[in-house]
Amino acid sequence: MSLSFILRRLGYGVLLIFGVVVLNFLLIRLAPGDPAVVIAGEMGGATEEILDRIREDYGLNQPLTTQLAIYVGNVLQGDLGQSFFFNQPVSRLIAQRIGPTILLVLTAQVLSILLGVFLGVIASRKPNGPASAFVSIFATIGYAVPVFWTGIMLIILFASVVPIFPIEGIQSVRLRDAPLLVRGLDIAHHLVLPAFTLAVVYLAQYARLSRASMLDVLGSDYIRTARAKGGSERAILFKHALRNAALPILTIAGMQFGNLISGALLVETVFNWPGIGRLAFDSILRRDYPTIMGVLFFASAAVVVANILTDLSYRWADPRLREQ
Amino acid sequence: MKQPTAETAPAAAGDPATAQRVESPAREAWRMFSRNVPALLGVFLLALVLLATLYGKLFYGGDPFEIVWAPYEPPLTTPSVPLGTDYLGRDIVAGLLTGGAPTLTVGASAALITMVIGISLGSLAGYYGGWVDNLLMRITEFFQVLPALLFAMVLVTLFSPSLWTIAIAIGVVSWPQTARLTRAEFLRIKELEYVTAARAIGARNRRIIWKVILPNAAPPLIVSATLTIGVAVLFEAGLSFLGLGDPNVMSWGLMIGANRDYMLDAWWPVTFPGLAIFVTVFAVSLIGDGLNDALNPKLRGR
Repeated sequence: MSLSFILRRLGYGVLLIFGVVVLNFLLIRLAPGDPAVVIAGEMGGATEEILDRIREDYGLNQPLTTQLAIYVGNVLQGDLGQSFFFNQPVSRLIAQRIGPTILLVLTAQVLSILLGVFLGVIASRKPNGPASAFVSIFATIGYAVPVFWTGIMLIILFASVVPIFPIEGIQSVRLRDAPLLVRGLDIAHHLVLPAFTLAVVYLAQYARLSRASMLDVLGSDYIRTARAKGGSERAILFKHALRNAALPILTIAGMQFGNLISGALLVETVFNWPGIGRLAFDSILRRDYPTIMGVLFFASAAVVVANILTDLSYRWADPRLREQ
Repeated sequence: MKQPTAETAPAAAGDPATAQRVESPAREAWRMFSRNVPALLGVFLLALVLLATLYGKLFYGGDPFEIVWAPYEPPLTTPSVPLGTDYLGRDIVAGLLTGGAPTLTVGASAALITMVIGISLGSLAGYYGGWVDNLLMRITEFFQVLPALLFAMVLVTLFSPSLWTIAIAIGVVSWPQTARLTRAEFLRIKELEYVTAARAIGARNRRIIWKVILPNAAPPLIVSATLTIGVAVLFEAGLSFLGLGDPNVMSWGLMIGANRDYMLDAWWPVTFPGLAIFVTVFAVSLIGDGLNDALNPKLRGR
């Protein structure tokens, strides 16, 4: 993998992020009404003073290109604007809430890949067997269940029938000052239901995908060779076949990132998980546009970064692509 | 690729007339589909949902917003409210019967918008290649970067929530996949001999795109359109659940969202609408899978 390829990929990523900034800028201006009023949000009647300050800050009295330049300049300096509801910079609001979201999204991603691939591999051993049928049915069901409803059903189940997992928030109030390890375990305990809820949809997709991918690979010559050499079934499945079947799974995993963020938005709302999805939802209800736009920018930038990492990692993982 | 011919069709043995006849691909696909039990189950379930949504009101009147009974009436206890009431005392059955209309309307129109944008851009990119392809694919990638639900939420809040805004918002965030699929099909098909032949007899680009390539690219696009309806239904449900749907129209997502704060007091007002959404999307995806098997003989058994 050449340096020029990496640089080109990075440059293109920067371009995409710049595009998101321009889109954000345009959206606020395209919305009906005075942009200053839109930015101030419906915070119970913004005073003329505040509106003037917004017009000043965003250069709303100047030509559109100057406005755009000011906006881009601000974003480049890490200034995503001021939330008039919280009276805090948007970047700080996001920084406060990014941890829980990363924790939730990564846990769900890892959980769904591990379980999904495992199910898919098991199913691929007998393409017409009961395990395969189960994976197919499960995948169709997983795809069709609304993620927020899964969360609600789990909350009802675990609140009344088997109360073994906490159903909302990220930690217990009484353990807030406990030692680090206890707090960590408490957070993990709170993470179980939201992470599982978010994982279900993708778990089903990974199971189906890895089953198909494995079936492709298992028909190839080198697997026949490995069998002829007398390799154990487990070694063939998990060592020879899975390595080759993993590439499409990796690609999809990278592409799912944006969807995971959308899913996290719903899951965080259902479970009162204090992440940026919850922040976006609350801000939309309050019409706190600087915050909404900040989250949209931040989430899109995260997707761009995730895509670049996926792209680079599968080129690195596949020797055939490494040379290009 | 194996062509659907008399050999693959179970022709009546010993009858030369039928053995000679070549079954049309559409007919073969229909035969495959009509023997696919899960797909038929999907058709049945979807028909049930559609009939209930279209004609349910004729047999079971009642305004879903109207308070008709005491709140939190459990299901199967009172004949006049068979599935109980929600936290305000509104009839769940009335909500279920009327709540499907916005969801299905938005789902279908959003899927239509998705297909129109996706197929137009994808076919242009795939057919013309070069800078057109480059430009259009960059635009496609840009839209794939935006977290769909978040972007749709922003659009809906900026431009007042009506069924149309919601459908457009969903369409705007969903088309990139269709565009990519269409492009891939066009790239494959435009190299085939019959396209060269069409060009040789002087067919114009527009004719080749619409009359020659597109019909041959149709099978995967039909499957994709079906699945897009499912995704759009889930999307609409998610937006209404968050309270971003049209507040004056009862929908399944809105029912769940409105009753969410009371779900630990009453499970039924949030459970039944969710089941309705699930059954709808499940039916659509069973049909999609069935169409996939019927239209792409190569992929059978996957």
